[in-house]
Amino acid sequence: MKDVTRIQKRNIILSDIKRNKYIYIMVLAVVAWYCVFCYAPMYGVIIAFKDYSIGRGIWSSPWIGLRNFVLFFNDINFYRIVKNTLLINIYDIIWGFPAPIIMALLLNEVRKKHFKKAIQTLTYLPYFISMVVVCGIIVNFTSTNGIINQVLASFGFEKTNLLSKSEFFRTIYIGSGIWQNIGWGSIIYMAALTNINPELYESAVIDGAGKWKQLVHITLPGIASTIIVLLILRIGSIMNVGFEKIILLYNPLTYETADVISSYVYRRGLLNADYSYSTAIGLFNSVINFLFLVAANWLSKKFTESSLW
Amino acid sequence: MVTRYKFSEKLFSLFNVVFLSFLALVCVYPLLYVVFASFSDPKLLMQHEGLLLSPRGFTLKGYALVLNNPNIRIGFLNTFFYVIAGTAISMILTCFGAYALSRKRVYFAKHILIFITITMFFSGGLIPFYLTVKGLGLNNTRWAIIIPSAISTWNMIVMRTSFMALPASLEESARIDGANDFTILFRIIIPLSKAIMAVMILFYSVGMWNSWFNASIFLNDRKAYPIQLILREILILNDKGDMLQVLHGVSAQSEDMYRQLVQYTTIVVATVPILFVYPFLQKYFVKGIIVGSLKG
Repeated sequence: MKDVTRIQKRNIILSDIKRNKYIYIMVLAVVAWYCVFCYAPMYGVIIAFKDYSIGRGIWSSPWIGLRNFVLFFNDINFYRIVKNTLLINIYDIIWGFPAPIIMALLLNEVRKKHFKKAIQTLTYLPYFISMVVVCGIIVNFTSTNGIINQVLASFGFEKTNLLSKSEFFRTIYIGSGIWQNIGWGSIIYMAALTNINPELYESAVIDGAGKWKQLVHITLPGIASTIIVLLILRIGSIMNVGFEKIILLYNPLTYETADVISSYVYRRGLLNADYSYSTAIGLFNSVINFLFLVAANWLSKKFTESSLW
Repeated sequence: MVTRYKFSEKLFSLFNVVFLSFLALVCVYPLLYVVFASFSDPKLLMQHEGLLLSPRGFTLKGYALVLNNPNIRIGFLNTFFYVIAGTAISMILTCFGAYALSRKRVYFAKHILIFITITMFFSGGLIPFYLTVKGLGLNNTRWAIIIPSAISTWNMIVMRTSFMALPASLEESARIDGANDFTILFRIIIPLSKAIMAVMILFYSVGMWNSWFNASIFLNDRKAYPIQLILREILILNDKGDMLQVLHGVSAQSEDMYRQLVQYTTIVVATVPILFVYPFLQKYFVKGIIVGSLKG
C-alpha cells in the first residue's frame, strides 16, 4: 500500500514538473548558482582541517585535525589581530553606531521640509562613493602636505604622514566611516520615526511635556526596537572588519593597530598561499562571531521584547 | 512660563539648524575641496595652506592628462562592460529566483528558500571562495567578475516579497490563455514591478561600478582591469608606471606636483558618473532600504 502511494506521489510530482517545466528551469539555475558559489565554498572549509595543496585537491589532501588552530593560537600575531579586530569594532559601536541615530533625531525636529530634504541629499552623498575613491581621498588628505595637516599645522601641530602613525589609524578608520555612513544610516531611523503615532505628541504637549520629555518618553521608546535589532546585528559582526578598507589604508608601519583578522587572512591566504591555515583562521573568526550574535540575541530577548528570532 | 519655554525651544531650533548645516557641509566639503584642487594651478596649490574656497588659478591640464591616459580609458570601458553584463545576469537570476519562490505551486519552494537564507548567515569565507572560483577555471577571465557575485540574497528576498504582493488572478488568466512561466514573468510580472526593478538595477549596477576586490584577486591581465583597480594604482599605490604614462612631457621636478593634480582629477572623473545617477539613486535607494527594512 505504502509503495503505491509513494509511486503515485512521485508521478504527481513528475507530471507537475513536466507541466511547469519552465519555472523549474528557473529554480534550477538559481539553485545551481547557490550550490557552486555558496555551498561549494562552505564544503571547502574542511581544508581548515587538512594539509591542503592545489595539486592534491580538497578530497585527497591528508587530514591534520586541529593542527592549524593550534598553530594559530600560538601565532605571534594572534593576540594583535584579535585585539585590533575587537577594538576597531568596539570603538565603532561606541562612536559610529549612535551617530546616525542622533542625526535622525535632530533631523526629525526640523520643521522646514526643504531644509530637511537638502540636508538629507547632502549627507547621503558620501555613501555612494566607491571605497577606492574614499580611501584615495583619505590618503591624500592625511599625507604630510595634505589638507588635514595644513589645518593642524595652523594650530601648532607638527606635519606628519598620519597614515604612517599607528596611533591614528583607528581614528582615521572610524572617523571616515562615520563621514561616509552617517546620512545613509539615518534613513532607517527616519523611517521608524515617521511610524510613531503623532497623537502621542499632541497629548504630551497638552500634558505640558517639553521637548526633552517627549524625546525620552515617546520618541526613544518608539524607535527602541529598531535600535535594538540593529545593535544585535552590529554586535553579531563584532569579529568582522571589512578588509577592503583596511587593506587599502594599512601598511607595515601601522600593522600594530591596523592589522585585523580578515586582513591577516587575506595576507596569509592570498599573498602567501597558506590556504589551509588562513581558512582555519577564517573559520575561527566566523564561529566566534556567531557566538556573539547568539549571545546578543539572547540578552536582548531576556531584557527587552525585541530579538531577531 | 510659556514664553520661557518657547524661547528655549527657539534656541534649540536655531542650534539644530546650525548643527545640521555644519554636518552637511562636513559631508560635502571633502568632495568640493577635491573639485577645487583639480582645477587649481598645481604651483599655486602647493603654496596655498589651509582650506580651499575656490580653485587657485585655473587649469584643465589635470583633466587633459587623465582623460588621455589609455589605462583610465580602458578601465572605464571595462567597467561599463562589467556593469551592463553583470547587472543583466544579476537581474535575470534574481528575477528567476524571486518569481519561482513566490509561486505556491512550486514544489520544495519553502525548502529552497531556507537553503538560500542560510547563505546570508554562513559562508565559506574568503579563501574557500577564492579556491572555488579558481577551481572552476574562472580566474583571469571576465566571468570571474560577473558570475560569482551575481546574486544578492537580500535583493532576491525583497523582490520575492514584492512579487507576492501582486494579485494571483493576473497570472491565472494568462495561464488559461496558455502562457508559459517565461512569458508570465517577462510580460506580466516585471512590467508591473517597475519600481522594484529600478531599485534592484541601481543596487546591482552601483555595486558593480564600485567593486574592485574580486577583480584584484582574480584578474592578472591589465587589459581586463575595471576602473577601480586603475584608481587604486593611481590613488593608493601611487604607482609610478601609471603616473609616468600620464605625465610624459612634464619635467621631473614638477612631477610630484602634477601627481597630486592627477590624483584630484582622477577622483573627480571617477565620481562624476555616480553623481549623474545620484538623483535616481537617492529616490529609489531610500525606497528600497525602507521596503527591505519593513519586510525583513
